[in-house]
Parts: sequence; C-alpha cells; structure tokens
Amino acid sequence: MSTTTDQTTDHAAIDDSIAQRRELTWWQGVTRSQPFWVLMAIFMLCIVMSQVSDVFLSERNIFNVSRNFAFVGIMALGMTAVICTAGIDLSVGSLMGLAGIATGLVMQAGYGIVPGFLICMAVAGAVGLTNGILIAYLRMAPFVVTLGMLAISRSLAMVISNNRMVYQFGPDQALYLWLGGSSTFGVPHPVWALGVLTITFWIAFNHTTWGRWVYAVGGNAQAARLSGIPVERVLLSVYVICSLCAGLSAFLMVGWFGSVTNALGQTQELNVIAASVIGGANLMGGVAYAFGAPIGALLMELIRNSLLLAGIDALWQQFFVGLFLILAVFLEQLRNRGRA
Amino acid sequence: MAVVELRGISKSFGAIRALNGVDLTIERGEAIGLMGDNGAGKSTLMKIIAGNFPPTSGDFLIDGLPVHFSRPIEARQKGIEIVYQDLALCDNLTAAQNVFLGRELKRGFGPIRFLDHGAMNARAAKLFAELKSETRPRDLVRQMSGGQRQAVAIARTRLSDPKLVLMDEPTAAISVRQVKEVLDLILRLKETGHAVILVSHRMPDVFTVCDRVAVLRRGEKVADKPVRNSSPEEVTGLITGALAAA
Repeated sequence: MSTTTDQTTDHAAIDDSIAQRRELTWWQGVTRSQPFWVLMAIFMLCIVMSQVSDVFLSERNIFNVSRNFAFVGIMALGMTAVICTAGIDLSVGSLMGLAGIATGLVMQAGYGIVPGFLICMAVAGAVGLTNGILIAYLRMAPFVVTLGMLAISRSLAMVISNNRMVYQFGPDQALYLWLGGSSTFGVPHPVWALGVLTITFWIAFNHTTWGRWVYAVGGNAQAARLSGIPVERVLLSVYVICSLCAGLSAFLMVGWFGSVTNALGQTQELNVIAASVIGGANLMGGVAYAFGAPIGALLMELIRNSLLLAGIDALWQQFFVGLFLILAVFLEQLRNRGRA
Repeated sequence: MAVVELRGISKSFGAIRALNGVDLTIERGEAIGLMGDNGAGKSTLMKIIAGNFPPTSGDFLIDGLPVHFSRPIEARQKGIEIVYQDLALCDNLTAAQNVFLGRELKRGFGPIRFLDHGAMNARAAKLFAELKSETRPRDLVRQMSGGQRQAVAIARTRLSDPKLVLMDEPTAAISVRQVKEVLDLILRLKETGHAVILVSHRMPDVFTVCDRVAVLRRGEKVADKPVRNSSPEEVTGLITGALAAA
C-alpha cells in the first residue's frame, strides 16, 4: 500500500497526475485478466502443435478436443461461482455418477428423455441443496461437507445401480445418443451447451445483482451482510447451480458414451477445480471469470491431446496438468504483486 | 425538533448492566463526539443505535416517533447509516460497486433487469465530487489509500440522504494527511444538514469537528456539553473518573 504521508512530495503534482490518469479501458481490463493469458498460452500451444503433428489441426481432432473439454467446461462454470464465494465443491465428480445412473435407470425403465432429464436435474438439485443448506445455514466448512457428499453420492450411485452398467435407454435411446454424441452445424451438442452457458454466466456475473452479490460475498462476507445482502441465500444458490451444471454434464456425457456405470465422473472434481483455477478463479474468493472456465478446461484438454499426438506416454498427462495449474496460480501471484 | 432522541436507554446482558439510563439528543447538522474508555458502554450504545439489538428499556425516537430495531437493515431504512471501524468494504469491487452494494441500480423491461453500470458510476462520481475526494468510481478499493477508502464508506452513507451518520473510530488507522481528509468529510456532512455521531479515542478530532462532546463512564453519561465550554483535560478527567461529572 502506498502512503501519502511524505511531506516532501509535491501533492499538487500528484493530484494532477491522478486526475489525468485514464481509467482502465476495456482492452486493458481484458489484458489484465488471467483467462486472456491462458488463451495466449493456448494459441502458442496450437502453433507449436500444428508444426509437430499433421493431425492436430485436422477437423476430426478439433471436433474431438472440443467435445471432450465441453463436459469439464460446463462443470467448471458452476465451480467458478462456488470458488468465487471462497467455497469449494468436491462432490461434482461423484454427483455425475449418481445423476448419470439415475438418468440411465429411469430411461431403461421405459420413460422418455424428458423424464430422464428431469430426474437427472432433480437428483443434482437435491445434492446441491443439501450442500448449500449445510454450508450456508449451518455454517459448516465447504471442504468437509462436499467431501462427505463425494462419498455419499458415489455410494448411492453404486447402491441404486446395483453395480451394473446401463446401456439401454428405452424408447428415446436414439434421440438421447444423438443429443449427447452428435453435432449440429458441425459443432458437438455439448459444445453448444457450454457456449450458451458461458454467455449466460458472463451476463449473470457481470450484469445482474446475483453476480455482484456473489463477488461481494467472496470479497468480504461480513461487509456483504452489513450491506443487507442475503449472504445465506447467495451461498445456497451457488452450490445448487454448481450441482445443476454437474448434472447437465453427466446427462450429456451418458448420451455420448451410450452407457453409464457408477464410476462415471470419478476424480473429475479435480479436473473441474483445476480448470476454474487455471481460468483465473481465486480460491480465496472474490475473483472469477465466466470465460475462465471454458478456457481453463480447453487448456487442460489440449495438453492431454498434444501429449498423445506428440507420442509422449499418456501417463505424463496428469504431470503436465498439475504443472500448468501451479504455473497459473504462480503467474497470478506475480501479477498481483506487481500491482500492489 | 431533535433528529434522534434517546431517553433513559438501559441495556443489560444477564447480570451485567452495560448502559444505565442514557439520554442523548442530536439536531440536524450537529456533530457529537461520543467518548469513553474501553468498557464504558460506547459500543453497546452504538449497536443499539445501529439496530444490532434493542435496548432493555428506554425510548428511541427518530423525528419524534418511537422506533424499534432488531436488525441493522431496519435502522438503515429509518435513515441511520453506519461507517464501521473496518469500513466493511469489499476489496475486490470498485468504489462505485461498494457504494451501491445491496442497493444496486437496475434497468430493464419487466422482470428482466440488469445492473445499470453507467448510472451507478455517474452517481458515485457525483458523490465523490461533493465530498471533494479524488476517488474514482471505477477503481478497485484494494488499490486505494486509507483516506479514499473512508471516502467510499462515507459516500455510501450519503446514497440515501440519511438523518444520522454514526462513525466508529474513522481516524484510528490512517495517516496524518488522511485524518485531515476524513475530518473534512465530516464537516461536509454537517454542512449538508446531516447529524453525525463520532465515536473516537482521538481528542483532537472530536474538538476539531464536533459541536458537543458526550462522555460515558461505566454505562452512564457523565457529561454532555458544547466543546467550546470544555477542554481535552476536562474530558480526559471525565473519561478516567478523576472528575465525577461536568
């Protein structure tokens, strides 16, 4: 923090320079944000990879990459809202399993795709509501609550599936597989969902009171409360939204796979959190970017894809994801230090 | 008529009597310095005025009408604004966003309503200009000096044209030059007809901007007089108990 107590400085000059200093332009705001620099890293990676591999820029590969990252990206959007309130949701991976199995069982029993989708979202909503109530109203630590829910959801998925795979989806099977695995105008359906959701989250974060309150709660919950913001309701909402995103992601993923086991989404929570954080969300709360979620998820998928195409053992994949995660946080620290 | 009037306010926490029959009246455009040692009942009285909890007995009148608060938001709705000691600002938001926190301006059609960034920034800029502060509405609070942060917290109280502004130790943690800025802000509040209660440990601040000084000791008001008839020495004596009353 700079001080202005030094009596030898020329205060008139300082005041003039303050008055003349322009506020941040739109472009400066963009270039100061974490997602922008991750996007630059992605472009660099693409340029390098297009030299290394002929396949990299092929339509087929781009299609695969875009579809693969969409599932994590959708969940990372919800996770970004949670992290913005200085919370965390470890249960999203297990919830994918539970919601996916629930959808599969309902459709296998002969119900259509609409009941299947509604059940999927209802299960997700119930898990999110439980998380949210425990965290917001009973003031329990998000880490512990959602860690417990991670175990509970996975166990419930195993119980209701009786540890069997579901691969028949009743009368709407063809429609469901098309929805999850096909594309419209050359863009896979999960990517459409990600795109629409990203824009929705961007509007919600930047142009609604809900978004403003999410940032405020993450920045200083006590100040938010004194300002009359319903802090508990805001916290509840982010956990429900995060779970609904996981539910939607599970719904689309099962349609893509054409089958579902209770292992669906295992360890995905780590990828989702990593994507949010690489995209600029700060675990201390108060900082989040809607566009950070898909960009973070895209970088992680590109690393995976690049290693594969470059002929490097897939066992190295998590190593590089971890490396980028740490690097992203380190760079953000550096930029903040420069600014303070 | 007094803007705010407290009559015989008492507050007990179990067997402990934190306040005992305190009277206090404040007129428009008047600033009162509320002083007292730790444990004298200052913060209890403040919290009653701020609406954190109701008094055990006594009357609380605003513009001559009795009021009862159980939550801070109710006090705010009746025209009482608080500047908290830690300012209660969100560092990750801009000055304008903090000023309008919880009271955002919106525009839109019917139920679809979006934040009106332009109007909020413009209104905040006007508030800062009225306070003669060089704070800019789009700057992040994190990057601001102590004086600018005070300006944001004070600008926020002026959003609703309050009857009373209650300030808790506004000069406790800032530099000498910034203290002057803050005292100027308080004078500006008085000029515009707002009543101010200044809770402070700093004698010079109270004697610079306040019209009256009220001293609490062990839950009772032991003095309430114009500052021109008092002196820092007398007030010190009243706070410590060397002087029984004045």
